[in-house]
Amino acid sequence: MPPEIRKPRPKYLALHQIRLPLAGYASILHRVSGAGLFLMLPLLIWLLQLSLASSAESAAMFGAVTGNLLVKLILLGLLWAFLHHFCMGIRILLIDIQIGVEKQQAHASAVAVMVVSLILTLIFGLKLLGAY
Amino acid sequence: MKRLVVGAHYGLMDWLAQRVTAIFMAVYTLIMFAATLGGAASSREAWHALMANGFIRYLTFLFIISLCYHAWVGVRDIWMDYVQPAAIRVTLHVLTLFALVGYAGWAVQIIWRL
Ligand code: HEM
Repeated sequence: MPPEIRKPRPKYLALHQIRLPLAGYASILHRVSGAGLFLMLPLLIWLLQLSLASSAESAAMFGAVTGNLLVKLILLGLLWAFLHHFCMGIRILLIDIQIGVEKQQAHASAVAVMVVSLILTLIFGLKLLGAY
Repeated sequence: MKRLVVGAHYGLMDWLAQRVTAIFMAVYTLIMFAATLGGAASSREAWHALMANGFIRYLTFLFIISLCYHAWVGVRDIWMDYVQPAAIRVTLHVLTLFALVGYAGWAVQIIWRL
């Protein structure tokens, strides 16, 4: 290979230097949210179990676990994760069927996904924390 | 003969499955949200009654299966993107699969005896 086209190898991705368009961040967060939901599935299934069990101990346990501040924070995080994943998932499905592929529309929908999922997290999160 | 123990050579089917499960889960989410607005989560009794309803239980069963299949495809994609050594990769795939199959059994068992 002539030296002028030999590229310096190996190449590294300097993650802190990469600048992404907003849709890029929305995409990464879709992955992060999916992974987070996956990792927390045992907690969620356990809570489902406690919420449905008929014994009084389960009811008390459910109250104690969901009343714990750390658990509340985790659930708040998972709430955002689900809402972001949900909204972004719908955006991806729409783009799959050729809706919103244009650069401008794709940017607008990425903004919408971020904003809508944050607003919904606020609305449902305040409910979760018992604010209303 | 070259054998691929891991990889996306079964890609299209899984890609489609991830979409179908995503659509089902989205619809299920909206149904459950509507039920919640209708007071289905206002008390333990109301919540129990909703989840014990035959049709809802049928949908919830499909939701659990969809979720586990969807997460299997998704998490496997993540491992394939970041983990190259085949031995580690296949181990992670197997652990993911075992975890998800176990979760599916656990969750189905919760709703099935209501
Ligand atoms: C309403 C519910 C959901 C919808 C609409 C949805 C939608 C989607 C879609 C369309 C994809 C494909 C993304 C792509 O090809 O770029 C995806 C990927 C994924 N989903 Fe979901 N999903 C939902 C629920 C879940 C849940 C509950 C979990 C976790 C247990 C999950 C975990 C994942 C993971 C790990 C990926 C792979 C992400 C990646 O490759 O970057 N999803 N989801």
